[in-house]
Amino acid sequence: MIPELGNFLLIMAFINAIFLGVLSFVGAHYEHQGLMRFTKRSAISIFLLILASFICLTVSFINNDFSVAYVANHSNSQLPIYYRISAVWGAHEGSLLLWVLILAGWMAAVAVFSKALPKPLVSRVLGVMGFIAVGFIAFTLFTSNPFERVLPFIPIDGADLNPLLQDFGLIVHPPMLYMGYVGFAVVFAFAIAGLLEGELDNKWARWSRPWTTVAWIFLSLGIALGSWWAYYELGWGGWWFWDPVENASFMPWLAGTALIHSLAATEKRGVFKSWTVLLAILTFSLSLLGTFLVRSGVLTSVHSFANDPVRGKFILVFLGIVVGASLLIFAIQSSKIRSKSNFGIFSREAALLFNNALLAVVTFMVLLGTLHPLIQEAFTGGKSSVGPPYFNLMFAIFMIPILILMPIGQQINWKQEPIKPLLTKYWIWALGSILLGFAIVLLMGEVDPMAFVGTTLGLWVAAGSAKYILGQTSKSDSFSSGLKKISLSYWGMIVAHLGVAITVLGVVLTSYYSVEKNIKIHQGETVQVEDLNVEFYDFNNLEGPNYISSAGSFRIYMDGKLVADLHPEKRKYHASSMVMTEADINAGLFRDIYVVMGEPLDDGAWAVSVHYKAFVRWIWLGALVMALGGLLAVSDKRYRQRRRERKNAKKNGADKNTANSYLSGADSE
Amino acid sequence: MKTHRRNKLIAIIGGLVLISGAVALILYALSSNINHFYPPTEVSQGKAPMDRTIRVGGLVAYNSVKRADDGLEVVFTVTDNQNTLDIRYEGILPDLFKEGQGVIAEGKLVSKTEFKATKVLAKHDEKYMPPEVEQSLEKYGHPVQSKSTEY
Repeated sequence: MIPELGNFLLIMAFINAIFLGVLSFVGAHYEHQGLMRFTKRSAISIFLLILASFICLTVSFINNDFSVAYVANHSNSQLPIYYRISAVWGAHEGSLLLWVLILAGWMAAVAVFSKALPKPLVSRVLGVMGFIAVGFIAFTLFTSNPFERVLPFIPIDGADLNPLLQDFGLIVHPPMLYMGYVGFAVVFAFAIAGLLEGELDNKWARWSRPWTTVAWIFLSLGIALGSWWAYYELGWGGWWFWDPVENASFMPWLAGTALIHSLAATEKRGVFKSWTVLLAILTFSLSLLGTFLVRSGVLTSVHSFANDPVRGKFILVFLGIVVGASLLIFAIQSSKIRSKSNFGIFSREAALLFNNALLAVVTFMVLLGTLHPLIQEAFTGGKSSVGPPYFNLMFAIFMIPILILMPIGQQINWKQEPIKPLLTKYWIWALGSILLGFAIVLLMGEVDPMAFVGTTLGLWVAAGSAKYILGQTSKSDSFSSGLKKISLSYWGMIVAHLGVAITVLGVVLTSYYSVEKNIKIHQGETVQVEDLNVEFYDFNNLEGPNYISSAGSFRIYMDGKLVADLHPEKRKYHASSMVMTEADINAGLFRDIYVVMGEPLDDGAWAVSVHYKAFVRWIWLGALVMALGGLLAVSDKRYRQRRRERKNAKKNGADKNTANSYLSGADSE
Repeated sequence: MKTHRRNKLIAIIGGLVLISGAVALILYALSSNINHFYPPTEVSQGKAPMDRTIRVGGLVAYNSVKRADDGLEVVFTVTDNQNTLDIRYEGILPDLFKEGQGVIAEGKLVSKTEFKATKVLAKHDEKYMPPEVEQSLEKYGHPVQSKSTEY
């Protein structure tokens, strides 16, 4: 009964979304108050319907309703309750429902938080999102319905959730990632709505900015979580593989980062309007492309699951429609967009232009490397793959100018600034970064030129943030009063850029100063791995809730001192009889020690993989700091003040209907 | 021409030059980093290059996985049900590596029947077959349902 209810609710949401998609544009065109009000309510009710539908599926999982095919395939009665809940989005059908739920959530958020915006614009934004919702709900209902039953032969027990996914990382990673991916639908919808109205002024940019930043925050966190999860769960000790599925989430992030910067220029100076709109379209298109790559299984990826080609085709067609239609609208309407103001080569506009050009090139580089196997196959029929060396090399090459320009770009003036005094301001900081960078690589061991360049650049970016703060505070009477004068959105920029510096340092130092060794070791034996002494002192067979495991115990000594006591496991899950390694990690701010049980060898010894990871935590720490920067930027008063001003202005205005407190006061007036 | 117009023109031309340079660089790097996939039959026919990094793959033959007595070297055979290829690898095999399962190995050929792998990929999902392997099985051998290795 519950699955049927869930299915019914989803169908209701589908019908609702069709009405929303059509009526919102009619309402906006005729500025019909009733229809525009309907649009907002409809957006919220779609969200509630899908939420209820999602809860129905969750209940089916909790109750172990194995008559539902999706539950039977991805859960098991032995599975602990929290994994039964997270299993809802553990595979294709359910994660698609999550996708749709999050889209509807963003729609409802737009409906609720856009009281200050002109109603026709909000209606159009919701209409565009409604159309996207129609497409994805149809996709869920017709090709991958999670509520389908297996009748009449109901399995006694489920096939189990993939053990890799029985982990905290999976509980949080996909929702975060989807919040980001799908969140770019909002700025996309703003871009299309703005194009349709032919009005893309700096207000449009200001309204779009917080939505873009929030989506970007979620995507940053989602990618970082995914990287962290891969690091501790896959047992390879790697944190980024340039896998097609990783690239699929990284491309929208790169484009989204570019978008945040070009939106800033558009809002403040009214420049790059066409480019910003195009970038908004591209960012969301890359999100859709990512969904296609993940869901169609056209590329060999560590993340690929058993797939159905029909699904891939559906998304490809949908992607074609979305990209085609939005580019068509862009082509027709873009002549109405006029960017004003000129700027010199040494100006913040130019710096942002550089930033965007470079980020666009990096995005293109990743896109080409990811899609190349498909292109190649289409032409020659042969299978191929593009190796990580391509991505590593190219990414490094293009990041160098980005990082060099970052501290200068964040401080240069709008419009024009003479170049000479600008350079004199920076040379001391540059020299400091070089010297400190050299000291760090010297301290870490071998002096590798690339490690030196990378470390110096990371420090240089950090120095940029420090210099900015010092520059601002020196204008004030005291340091603390100077700090207070920096607005939150500037703090956001400083902190986010500091996050970049931290991640860069983490990436560079991990890549050049980590040790990774596979050893053969008997129980009771001690083996030396570079500076570490690894003692295999105990071995046990353990029993978990739904698995049995072989657990080794290792003491790690460094310079004769015990630094870590680690207990990696090799688990075998009952239901799927899948084997899984559980690495054990001694984490620290400056290094991780990471031990993985490989496999038992014939003579009773074990193959064990020992890693020493320098500064690896900084990679994710930097991402957290970037996200914090985003958070600071969106909490700037500016975005809310205008709303309050408008609200007050309206309140003072004569005729105002009594507030219609429909659903948490979503729709006033 | 006004100064700012000229500046703009210079900026645009400079930008185009830089971007086309970047694209050329990307394409060049890409062309030297493509790893083609060859099933065992094509390797035995001599279609695969010897000195380049390539990918090979197929089903892991039953009872073919052999560990060296000392060290971590392992040798196993992959098959497309027509020809076989011995794969030599040093290190720890992925969790889902099993006899009868589809795997992909990356590395270089030593001879027409021997391959030295630097990386062995098996997949997250048991039901999943790498598309390369599936295609080559369809082409050269009959795709077999992987028999259970449980006992």
